[in-house]
Amino acid sequence: MSMSDEAAAVTRQRRPAERIRAVVQTRAFLLVAVVALFIVLVALAIHQGVGASRLLSLAAWGVMLGGIIGLGSIGLTLVYGVLKFPNFSHGALVTFGAYFTYAFMAWLPESAPLRPLSFGWTFPVALVLSMPLVGLVALAVDRVVYRRLRRQNAHLVLFAMASLAMAFFLRSVIYIVWGPDFHFFFPGRANPALELPFNIRVRADQVFILLLALAIMAGLYVLLERTRIGKAMRATADNPELAQVRGINTERVIAWTWLLGGALAAAGGTMYGLSSQLRPEMGFWLLLPMFAAAIMGGIGNPYGALVGALVIGVTHQVSTAFLDPTYGPAVAFVLMVIVLLVRPQGLFGREGG
Amino acid sequence: METLVLVKAMLLFVPLALAFGLVLPARAWRPLAAVVVGAVVALAAAAGLSAGLLAYGVSFAIMGCVYALLALGLNTQWGYTGHLNFGVAGFFAVGAFTSALVTIEAPTGVAAQYTQMAFGLNMPFLVGVLAAAVVSGVVAFLIAVPVLRLRMDFLAIATIGVAEIIRLIFQNERWLANGPQPLRGIPQPMHCLVEANGCGWAPGWLNGALSVLSPRDYPLFYLVIIAVFVALVYVVIERACRSPWGRMLRAVRDEESSAAMNGKPITYVRIQSFVVGAVIMGIAGALYAHYTVTIDYSHFHALFATFLVWVMLMLGGSGNNRGAIIGGFIVWGVWSGTAFLADAIEPLLALISDDLPRRAAYFRWLLVALLLAGIVLFRPQGLLREEKVVSRYLRD
Repeated sequence: MSMSDEAAAVTRQRRPAERIRAVVQTRAFLLVAVVALFIVLVALAIHQGVGASRLLSLAAWGVMLGGIIGLGSIGLTLVYGVLKFPNFSHGALVTFGAYFTYAFMAWLPESAPLRPLSFGWTFPVALVLSMPLVGLVALAVDRVVYRRLRRQNAHLVLFAMASLAMAFFLRSVIYIVWGPDFHFFFPGRANPALELPFNIRVRADQVFILLLALAIMAGLYVLLERTRIGKAMRATADNPELAQVRGINTERVIAWTWLLGGALAAAGGTMYGLSSQLRPEMGFWLLLPMFAAAIMGGIGNPYGALVGALVIGVTHQVSTAFLDPTYGPAVAFVLMVIVLLVRPQGLFGREGG
Repeated sequence: METLVLVKAMLLFVPLALAFGLVLPARAWRPLAAVVVGAVVALAAAAGLSAGLLAYGVSFAIMGCVYALLALGLNTQWGYTGHLNFGVAGFFAVGAFTSALVTIEAPTGVAAQYTQMAFGLNMPFLVGVLAAAVVSGVVAFLIAVPVLRLRMDFLAIATIGVAEIIRLIFQNERWLANGPQPLRGIPQPMHCLVEANGCGWAPGWLNGALSVLSPRDYPLFYLVIIAVFVALVYVVIERACRSPWGRMLRAVRDEESSAAMNGKPITYVRIQSFVVGAVIMGIAGALYAHYTVTIDYSHFHALFATFLVWVMLMLGGSGNNRGAIIGGFIVWGVWSGTAFLADAIEPLLALISDDLPRRAAYFRWLLVALLLAGIVLFRPQGLLREEKVVSRYLRD
């Protein structure tokens, strides 16, 4: 190609549609769109006569919900990035985490609550026990189902379908073992709200959830950035073939991804169970917000998923000021459609990805 | 007594002949054999089976037909175009509620306080089915436009969300279709034929001949109606999929870039097939609503209306319309049969734990989930393979 050709290619007039697309598909435009939706929600809430302090409280709860969704969606986005399929059984792993913690708590001796929290020392112990267990469940499902499909070089849609089958399988196991009824970690135990500045009312448990989520995120950061396996995981998520060529054992990375994703899902599920109650459907209900967060952050990007989860958590909680709270998945869905329309590669995805 | 058996046999003849026409191998003698075998089996069933067993068989077949329609719709989307639609339940619900709203007469006076609905047009059955098809197709179009431009796996996430949101809307919005309360009194087509006075529009000889039937026998009529619907949809979809349009769908599914290179508008083609599949699901929803008379949001759970349909299509064979219908009946049979199985294992479960017998029903889920996983792992093409050569002018 001669110099003049190159110059011609650069100066080629772009069509109006291309120009509009170039403006729309920027990170800034997506942020503007999300902020605009948020302002609309706040305006609607104020129109309904919701006070500023209540809105602030809702936003604070939204940050905590975002932490819960974020823990779930990190595992989802890692698996999505490494194995390239949407794992619909991730919601069932979240539920499993909550129920395993519940089972461990029944097994451990009873402990006095550490005021102002509603739980004693057994709760963190049960959480620490259930996290690797759910990781092992995720790994076992991979060994039995997904690894066989990988060996057959199956089409990716078959992976997605197998994960749907596994979602229903795991959910039915939960129904069989624990029954369809609601459970509480601490039935009937009062957990009064703390009075914070600006008249924000949050419970001590919710603060604990946020702090624990932040601690887990910090640990995850160290794992992904500083350890060999974490670097291998990011490399595999980025480009599996190249990672393999560079001598990374992708099967080992996949196993670690499942373990990590399952453990984080267990933490998210346990905290969700602490903030409300345990239901066999809880993970399925969180599935859409988790996917929305993963897509918003850019698939395969755990930090992006966390940011997406915080946006979705806050938007969801603020919307409950005037909307039936059961419409939570719908709010997450609207955000997801905005992302898909504006910038399908997500907030932190590469251009044209 | 003798006329009753004869009338029942004549009604049973239509669905049975259609079923044998589907199952028998494609030879020159197939239509004749289907008619003869159908007539013989219909007579034998009407005369030999007890009334209870016959009624059970008929209700089983009607639900089998509803699921067969859903599987046919999904086959257009997944089998021919590779759309992962995990929201079958949503289109099914839209179809059912639309048809209900169009055909019910809006309640007035005191009844209006108990049954709230956005509108009730009191239109005939066929208008309801048509409206269900149109609205379901419009909903599918609205989903398809933002999502189908992108990667195919986003469709799975989006549809699973849409189905959940549609269910939430029908659960929460009382003004729309009576919210969490069931919507009752969906009219059944030609129900007057089995009533004592007969229909005003029917000729006297028909009312006379059918006067032996009681309202209890109405499902026999409905089976004829729904079987004709399944046959019509099957013929239309089969023709469409064997036409250039169907070949274009497969080309877009298997070789996206070469289809685009040959001038096929990929996105537009995908939207078309998604909408066509949703239209069929909407029709299935309408037919379900008119059969059950009373519907509410809980009927459109992802398990019954999405997951089972996927198992049916994967078992029967994706990309094969005969396989879709046959798979629908087999899996519906397995699902109904496991109800008895769950009852049978209850004493065994009681030995393990006191709580387990009450949860025996969930073992059915477990079984069906394992069935789907097994199909995906060991026989992803299903019982009947996709026919690669679809033109009868080509011989291989």
